Amino acid sequence: MTQVTLGAALSALPGTAALDDEPPLLRADRITRRFGDRVAVLEASFELWPGEVLAIVGESGSGKTTLLNTIAARGEPEEGVVEFLCQDGRLHNVHSMSQAQQRLLARTEWGFVHQNPVDGLRMDVSAGANVCERLMGQGVLHYGQLRARAQQWLERVEIDPARIDDPPRTFSGGMRQRLQIARNLVTQPRLVFMDEPTSGLDVSVQARLLDLLRQLTRQLRLAVVIVTHDLAVARLLAHRMLVMHQGQVVESGLTDRVLDDPQHPYTQLLVSSVLQP
Amino acid sequence: MSSATDSDSPQQASGIAPEVNFAYLDERTKRMIRRAILKAVAIPGYQVPFGSREMPLPYGWGTGGIQVTAAVIGPADRLKVIDQGSDDTVNAVNIRRFFERTTGVRTTTDTREATLIQTRHRIPEKPLSEGQILIYQVPVPEPMQRLEPRESETRTLHGLAEYGLMHVKLYEDIARYGHIATTYDYPVLVNDRYIMSPSPIPKFDNPKMDRNPALQLFGAGREKRIYAVPPYTRVASLGFEDHPFEIQRWSAVCALCGANDSFLDEMITDDAGTRLHVCSDSDYCKTRRDGPEQQEHAQ
Repeated sequence: MTQVTLGAALSALPGTAALDDEPPLLRADRITRRFGDRVAVLEASFELWPGEVLAIVGESGSGKTTLLNTIAARGEPEEGVVEFLCQDGRLHNVHSMSQAQQRLLARTEWGFVHQNPVDGLRMDVSAGANVCERLMGQGVLHYGQLRARAQQWLERVEIDPARIDDPPRTFSGGMRQRLQIARNLVTQPRLVFMDEPTSGLDVSVQARLLDLLRQLTRQLRLAVVIVTHDLAVARLLAHRMLVMHQGQVVESGLTDRVLDDPQHPYTQLLVSSVLQP
Repeated sequence: MSSATDSDSPQQASGIAPEVNFAYLDERTKRMIRRAILKAVAIPGYQVPFGSREMPLPYGWGTGGIQVTAAVIGPADRLKVIDQGSDDTVNAVNIRRFFERTTGVRTTTDTREATLIQTRHRIPEKPLSEGQILIYQVPVPEPMQRLEPRESETRTLHGLAEYGLMHVKLYEDIARYGHIATTYDYPVLVNDRYIMSPSPIPKFDNPKMDRNPALQLFGAGREKRIYAVPPYTRVASLGFEDHPFEIQRWSAVCALCGANDSFLDEMITDDAGTRLHVCSDSDYCKTRRDGPEQQEHAQ
């Protein structure tokens, strides 16, 4: 797929504005990652525009999470370049930044939603403090303001604001995941990485969370890279998707195109293995 | 206090244990600790690792403070040891006797007279002056340990000055109690750079650390860390704009000396629950009770 057709297709989607002359928000170029002799990711490339939701799908062990971690600067690739459009309007290689710059990026302009909310939350401090931690790190030190922001965000992710002082330990799985999303979005990042955010939740909770994510990404014009093995999640959320198989991107394109007209044999297998109730 | 502490007596020299080196530690160990202290003074508030030695008293009794004192003490020094502000509690008496026996230096209970003050949980009420060294015994040197148990991570947070986490603790206090309920070991920002644990002193003492003319050294024996606040260094207690740092206040005054500006301990005096407040700093209380003329006489 050429960039021109992609841009045209994306600008037709609501909430996205991919102009041909606008640089991408994130560019991954031939990312290769090995663990010893085993290849986890081989020459994966893609571009992501502001406001776009990109799903990476594939079976377990296909390298989805490794690719996500690599582009989120949580691991260094053996080969390839990951560039992010910083505030100065230029693309910067995230792996050649200093650790301080990477961490600043990770807690201001990026978000990372873990599969297991326990990894992304402080389980022993209140929900309000969890939401506000990033703000306090940025120097917002007015308790009243912090509390108001926390309340606002809890409402936005459909958690009862009366539970602001309860620790996430007392929350259900779905609430924890929504709290984790609030914690990440409070600094209004431009790009959020999500690693299987809905797995482990039951179907009705999953549906509610997906609905919420769809709303938030559109309202905040958030770019999202979401890793999932669930094609329904990709169908609902993503504008575009990459299909990975044995560390390689075997197919990419608009979500509906890939799911309705899969070209690669592996994608065909994947689409036909979904159970229909 | 007791007669053994005011030890100007010459026969004390004969009480020195001959079988151990001056101040117990061998010279190479003292040099190693001094190097750590120099580095700590050069980077105010930064925790310098050092090779903490086994000392003849258990961890938690001030092994870090003792090692720092042993490394900086000289024959001409005058040592004061306090525990919770008092010169005559078990910890203070034992550490003082330890240095009397291993160095033979003169000891004192008078804050102004001392050149070295080793302390547990208090800063003396009388203002310190240039040339004095205050040595703190520190149980947990890492202020963020409760919230972030991984040391690799806390070191990174210090290195990059990412201190959002520290306010999480204070936020939690206000959310739970309506005010900052941390009353001791209240975190401070040293020289606008490093967040530091002031050791478990009451937050009443925190303002005394700010731009203090004395050198402040901190030793944590079990955790093997030394840190320092050089003289006249800015030490700011953390807080929120709408919930600033505040020190404790009492409605009572000291029952013995009548002081209303010192840190008071509440004591229960009988089974009927009768209570009274007394100064935690025994030297300050005694000086006030003796009056100025007696103080002159003592010197």
